[in-house]
Amino acid sequence: MPVLTYRDALNQALREEMERDPNVFLMGEEVGVYQGAYKVSRGLLEAFGERRVVDTPIAELGFAGLGVGAAMVGLRPVIEFMTWNFALLAIDEIINSAAKMLYMSGGQIPIPIVFRGPGGAALQLAAQHSQAFESFYAHVPGLKVVAPATPYDAKGLLKTSIRDDNPVVFLEGEMLYNTKGDVPEGEYTIPLGQADVKREGGDVTLICHSKTVALALKAAEQLAEQLQVSAEVVDLRTIRPLDVEIILASVRKTNRCVIVEEGWPFCGVGAQVVHEIQHAAFDDLDAPIERITGADVPMPYNKHLERAAKPGVDHVIAAVKRVTYLD
Amino acid sequence: MAQPATATRLDPARQEFYHRLLRQMLLVRRFEEKAGEAYATGKIGGFCHLYIGQEAVAVGTGAALRDDDYLFTSYREHAHALVRGMSARACMAELFGKATGCSKGKGGSMHLFDTERRFLGGHAIVGSHLPLANGAGFAIKYRGTDQVAACYFGEAAANIGAFHESLNMAALWTLPVIFICENNRYGMGTALERASAVYHIADRACAHEMDSETVDGMDVLAVYDAMVRAVERGREAQLPTLLEARTYRYMGHSMADPIHGHYRTKEELEEQKKKDPIAGLRYRLRDDGLLDDAEFTAMDRQVHEEVEEALAFAEESPDPDPAELFTDVYQE
Amino acid sequence: MATKVVMEALSPTMEEGRLVQWLKQEGDAIEPGDILAEVETDKAVMELPARGDGILRKVLVPAGATVPVGGLVAVIAPEGEDISALIREAGTGNKEAVAPAPATKVGPVAPASPRPAAAAPGPTTPSPVHQAAAGGRLRASPLARRIARERGVDLTVVRGSGPGGRIIKRDLERAPGAPVVPAVSVPSAGYEDVPLTQIRKTIARRLAESLGPVPHFFLTVEIDMERAWDAREALNALGEEPKITFNDIIVKVVAQALLRHRECNAWWQGDFIRYFRDVHIGMAVAVDQGLITPVIRHADQKSLRQIALETRELSQRAHERKLKPEEYTGSTFSVSNLGMMGIHEFTAVINPPEAGIVAVGGITPQPVVDAGAVAIRRRMRMTMSCDHRVIDGATGARFLQTVKRMLENPLAMVW
Repeated sequence: MPVLTYRDALNQALREEMERDPNVFLMGEEVGVYQGAYKVSRGLLEAFGERRVVDTPIAELGFAGLGVGAAMVGLRPVIEFMTWNFALLAIDEIINSAAKMLYMSGGQIPIPIVFRGPGGAALQLAAQHSQAFESFYAHVPGLKVVAPATPYDAKGLLKTSIRDDNPVVFLEGEMLYNTKGDVPEGEYTIPLGQADVKREGGDVTLICHSKTVALALKAAEQLAEQLQVSAEVVDLRTIRPLDVEIILASVRKTNRCVIVEEGWPFCGVGAQVVHEIQHAAFDDLDAPIERITGADVPMPYNKHLERAAKPGVDHVIAAVKRVTYLD
Repeated sequence: MAQPATATRLDPARQEFYHRLLRQMLLVRRFEEKAGEAYATGKIGGFCHLYIGQEAVAVGTGAALRDDDYLFTSYREHAHALVRGMSARACMAELFGKATGCSKGKGGSMHLFDTERRFLGGHAIVGSHLPLANGAGFAIKYRGTDQVAACYFGEAAANIGAFHESLNMAALWTLPVIFICENNRYGMGTALERASAVYHIADRACAHEMDSETVDGMDVLAVYDAMVRAVERGREAQLPTLLEARTYRYMGHSMADPIHGHYRTKEELEEQKKKDPIAGLRYRLRDDGLLDDAEFTAMDRQVHEEVEEALAFAEESPDPDPAELFTDVYQE
Repeated sequence: MATKVVMEALSPTMEEGRLVQWLKQEGDAIEPGDILAEVETDKAVMELPARGDGILRKVLVPAGATVPVGGLVAVIAPEGEDISALIREAGTGNKEAVAPAPATKVGPVAPASPRPAAAAPGPTTPSPVHQAAAGGRLRASPLARRIARERGVDLTVVRGSGPGGRIIKRDLERAPGAPVVPAVSVPSAGYEDVPLTQIRKTIARRLAESLGPVPHFFLTVEIDMERAWDAREALNALGEEPKITFNDIIVKVVAQALLRHRECNAWWQGDFIRYFRDVHIGMAVAVDQGLITPVIRHADQKSLRQIALETRELSQRAHERKLKPEEYTGSTFSVSNLGMMGIHEFTAVINPPEAGIVAVGGITPQPVVDAGAVAIRRRMRMTMSCDHRVIDGATGARFLQTVKRMLENPLAMVW
């Protein structure tokens, strides 16, 4: 089976979907001539031409809104934000236009658009370039929010997102683009709203998404070797709609849960997951649910401070010990 | 600035066309008056922004568009919806929030939509529909067709980021979008000169190397002529235009805002009313023998009946089913 | 007109009752006959009915409190009537009302009874009110609570190993069958004090009243059960419900034997002996907090099937603490069977004022000498305890011989 980088998996997805449907086009800063700020769109301008791969001025609101307008009249735009930090400038179009259009129009105007780009922290990019935005968008009815962790998931989920007739917020990761994984040849898609058990286990459920999946898997290995604790790793893959069934099935099996997320704690994705679990699986919990999140601070520049601000394997293991009463 | 059209005699061969324009303006006027009454008696809730006084702009520009062109506007939109062909019933029912409204009662006064007539809203964030219009323009070019996208906004929107980003993109990519600025001189309670370093909105076009024109927004025929030019530019050359129509609203910014007072004087309002667009066309037609008083009265009465019927329809229509609360969030 | 709600004597031997839970609240409208509360007597959980109507104006004792019979627990009166005098009276009268006794569990019953010992019904299932731990609130994870509920484990006696004493799943994995760890245990002391429940108090009192003053003597017979065994198998093979147990057979045999030996079917009454014409057999049933003897009335007149049905039904309700007083009093003779618990032989304490009780051991294959050869036969030992004031040695022996003969020749039951 071919091994691809996350970046190339996305590239394949874009290519395949643009070939499949002539209404799909890509627009964003540096997507064309520059081959993509993170090279996700490498080769696409050459393959599809200027009409379908469009470089924009630095005007997020302008081109995000243009994408929505084009979707209103039947095209299927893929709008790239160089990073999701910059999308704050466009958030009015994402929320007030894209998310709400179908509802406000009484069902007349669907918006089949994908907004995609890298989100969350990288390395020492400091406060304005490091925020995780899952919660901002997951909060909004009318949007779907997707955050793949592996190349396999990235390709399958991007294809599905492009084919979905709803606005999709697709959160990639700068730190993920170089990671590698098996990506089968041939056509495949992954449904939205479906989580994935990346590792089975019986003693504790680790719920994670995007960058924290690798972290959770690493923690699971250490837990097995050093403490004989068997951890089940559940990768959410889609944040909205949340796959509550898989989450509950896992927690009912293990009776304990640790949520690992990159974003800030207050009103983060994990807060919603905690609610779902305590509400439906209250009697299955042998311990309170633990959350490991990014530190509740703007991201500092210094690399040690930054490391301390991000979730780490040690945090996860300590949390698992708490919920298994091994501490 | 274009030559005022008032100097020339009207062309009798186009009598039907002029009558149609007049009737449309009357329809908008009477509809808005009734909507204002309904709002004041609590039948319409939320915000209600009336177009009274500005009829010539929507009607004049609308007359120059084709059925397959696209139209985007802001929340002061009842006129544009009616001009585009939405029935007074569907429009009034939406204002009343009823299930028979064009948006099933879920949009309201600020979110009228009618995809069949390519009336694409109905947007309540100042300026944020300009990029949407660019999207339609982009799609027109993408598909290689020859429609245009008309985009209406107030002069206060010319100061927001979306305006500048949109004009730049439309000019840069030569999108067939006509940006129609309905300059009624006041953004809610702030006069243009207090909000804008550049008073003549059309002058901003040069910052983006875009064609522009300023027109008397109280003169429907002048507006029509200017729009014809802009539409041709868009269809033939796929070039955008910034069209500034100088007009005036008689009512407050919305039904909840004062008609005059701190921000403008009653005297100014009365002065402006003398240039009323409906009276303007009516008396021109009469002077040129193309419409007598009896015909006007009959036309007005017919329009009244249409609006009354729409009101009754809205009153009698049911509210949306409570289950509609949860529909149309996602496309299946 | 105000109605005083008092702790009533809900069982013949009751001296105090524990108010388990109020079923009505202050302010509720009350009709005569409405059930106001559940009260735990020395025997069972009973209902306290309202004897008047009006509004339940004042509740004077909290759930969990123990009140002597006759103590004022609440007042029903019309809205507006002044009841302050009544309440003041209660203030002095109930001074001895004991604060909520810490509920303890006297070791879960080993799995011998047909149903697992259920936790005390309704309000006494793990409730923070009954926790006597320092601080008061019972801490248990939701999972632990669910497991406890499902298994009928009383959380108040489980020690929690989680933070703050939280009871967690693994504590329950140790709990059943484990030594009782009551909430008030003193760590590292050499003993544990377990306060008495009502039922334990009653057993103690009554049987001390028995063994003390009653001159017991004991007679044992060994019975050959081969024919009884076969007869039972044959009966059960007929396929009818319910299946007959040996206990059912023994009860019937004992009842029949008592008809022939009325001198054993009697009550010591101090200055006279009451010899009964009717035979009501009391059957000792282990419930989760001790022992109770539901009564099979007119056991001599009932068929095996009837005895079997009634035994099951009464045992079930005994376990649920739902027996009425008339169902556990009035026996003329008692039977206690520990055979199913692997006991070969034991001596039982007489239930006064009865004159006798038989203690039945298990049926086991034993080598016996039969016609000069050793054979393996199913044997059972039965020990009769007799009140010497009523029954002499020979009388008792003759009774036992009849029982033995009937069990060894089952048809003799209908002789």
